[in-house]
Amino acid sequence: MGLNVMNKVMSNKWIIALYVLPALLLIGVLIFIPLILTGYYGLMEWDGIGAMEYIGLENYINAIQDAKFWDSALHSFLLALFSTLSLIVYLAISLILASKIKGADLLRKIYLIPMLLSSVAIAQLWIKVFNPTNGMLNSFLVAIGFENPPAWLAEPSVVLYAIFIPILWQYAGFYILIYYAALKNIPESLVEAAKIDGATPLQIALKIKMPLIMGVIKVTVVLAVVGSLKYFDLIYVMTGGGPNGASEVMASYMYKLAFSSNDFGYGSAIGFLLLIITLIVTVIVRKATATKEEIQY
Amino acid sequence: MKNKKAITILFTILVSVLLLAACSGSDDADSSSGDEKTIEFMHLWPEGSSAQHNKIVSEIISDFESEHEDVKIELEVLSNEQYKDKLKVLSTSNELPDVGMTWAAGFLEPYVDGEMFAPLDDLLEGDLNDSFVSGTAEAYAIDGSTYGLPLELNIATVFYNKAIFDEYGLEAPETLEELENVVTTLKDNGVAPIALGNKDRWTGSLWYMYLADRIGGGDVLTNAINRSGSFEGPALVSAAEEVQNLVDMDAFVQGFNGLSDEEAKSMFMNEQAAMYLIATWDLPNYTTNEDVPQEFRDSVEYFNFPTVDGQGDMDSFVGGPGVGLFVAEDSDVKEEAKEFVSYFVQQWGEKSVTEAGVIPATKVDAESLDLPQMYVDVLDDLNQASNITLFADVQMSADVAQVHLDMIQALFGNEVSPEEFAEKHEEALSAE
Repeated sequence: MGLNVMNKVMSNKWIIALYVLPALLLIGVLIFIPLILTGYYGLMEWDGIGAMEYIGLENYINAIQDAKFWDSALHSFLLALFSTLSLIVYLAISLILASKIKGADLLRKIYLIPMLLSSVAIAQLWIKVFNPTNGMLNSFLVAIGFENPPAWLAEPSVVLYAIFIPILWQYAGFYILIYYAALKNIPESLVEAAKIDGATPLQIALKIKMPLIMGVIKVTVVLAVVGSLKYFDLIYVMTGGGPNGASEVMASYMYKLAFSSNDFGYGSAIGFLLLIITLIVTVIVRKATATKEEIQY
Repeated sequence: MKNKKAITILFTILVSVLLLAACSGSDDADSSSGDEKTIEFMHLWPEGSSAQHNKIVSEIISDFESEHEDVKIELEVLSNEQYKDKLKVLSTSNELPDVGMTWAAGFLEPYVDGEMFAPLDDLLEGDLNDSFVSGTAEAYAIDGSTYGLPLELNIATVFYNKAIFDEYGLEAPETLEELENVVTTLKDNGVAPIALGNKDRWTGSLWYMYLADRIGGGDVLTNAINRSGSFEGPALVSAAEEVQNLVDMDAFVQGFNGLSDEEAKSMFMNEQAAMYLIATWDLPNYTTNEDVPQEFRDSVEYFNFPTVDGQGDMDSFVGGPGVGLFVAEDSDVKEEAKEFVSYFVQQWGEKSVTEAGVIPATKVDAESLDLPQMYVDVLDDLNQASNITLFADVQMSADVAQVHLDMIQALFGNEVSPEEFAEKHEEALSAE
């Protein structure tokens, strides 16, 4: 019966339009119109409060020549690189979890917990961990014999990598969950058949399971790259992009320009460039990972 | 079957109507009955983090409301950073509250340029004539009109832990040399000398500003900012050198560039560091705040920033008014709003110092009030002050302030030389 109703409803174009409309309206009003406006504000000299003045592409040209912007872009790309590499680790963990080991269920929950915390809570937690004198990390390092462990969030050469750790940690559970679900979807019969043919667990993982979830892997790569390029939360709370821009990423730089420097026009231009960069990278990643055939179980 | 379909459609319509309704805001919230007027008031002292401030505000509001029966105050309370963001967003859409809080000088400027705030000169010439400490209301003046009425006045001083000082036979330093000796002694005994949370950057700026003041006099920094002087002048460059000297002798706690002011404060309050340069808004922590152990409060004292090479005036301070009240230019209850602001300022003065431990920007008679000794001392210092230099990042326009703050972090982190530090400031200031 249910299916019957469904078909009937779905065959009426008006109903389809009606169903699609609310989401479309919301996305249009809340996302696409502001997007276009952001690009437009980028053409203005505007402090966010008073009158706007049209200055053409000046903000965009300045942004392209702005060394600080490219530094922040580099940091964002580094984050994207590390996020992507970390996927390998998550995949390995998921492969282990999915192969009926004892306590897999508990471990899966443990990995998921960081995802349940809000970004600000995670930031506060890791600020404490990284505290140069009282922090867990440095206390540990001193206890095992390091004399002068670095002040993680204060040293320009270290801060970026230090802050990557909680960011990667934060999303570990999310990717592990996705991989785990995908792996659980692989029919048991395929694995059994491989076993009978004498395949080792490693071979099963690499040659049977991984190819079968390739579609999911590709999606996670796109998610990781895009998520990293527009990343903001922990950086903003933990260092505010400092010291002196050493941990600035594109989104935090944009925020700083718009809200701290009162330069909404320039901030908008950076925001629009961020969108374009993310779009281009997404297209490249999708192209690079494209395959013709779709895998069927 | 038919019924089900109808219900589905109905439900869909309902959902979309609800969504659309949620999108269109409720602009006419204050369209209450004819003669009752509502003043929207936004402030930044939430009950959680600023309990005493919050309480005084509520008292003043209820007093005002009982004296003016036809006026209602509608409150919105946000914490500091959210407040700043929201104010900006509201002003973009021209929906500022009738009365709100603002900061002086650089923060105020774009709002005044955009004609968002109403001039309050009539209040200053009328009800509030001569009630502000000189130099405070002036910080809210642009082109001869005053757009904000200050509530607080803060000066920065160095608080120190007398118990730690006594333990190593140290005295409050009066010269930079003595300060350096104190630092060395503490360092040799494994005590972190100075708590500094330079992630927030304005904290480091205080050190730089004081050194500049002592080396070059009270107006050298102000002149450099208003372009009658230069950051590349010898005094401002050597102030930057002195900062790096202090950094090189490990005067500040480890990793200060990654610590927030809150973290630095907690190091000082947990007796992990002996000194802490902060403004007088922290006075309650060292006097009346019952949450802080009595023993610690008794052991904290303060000294004025020391002189450098025999130069400098110890009665010259870095500081300035904190938040002030504004009235929105296009408020539809402007007269009532002004009346409320004036009432607020008058009530605030005495209440704030006795109940919240705030040094108000209005003149108060310290003699007649029962105050902890440290307050009396600070109020005395204020009476004797030869100069108060407004916080550099407040004096500067927003984008120059960002350059200044970033450069402060770089200077303290030994990433730039004092000359580069000066050069970047000059670049930013001349690009204005």
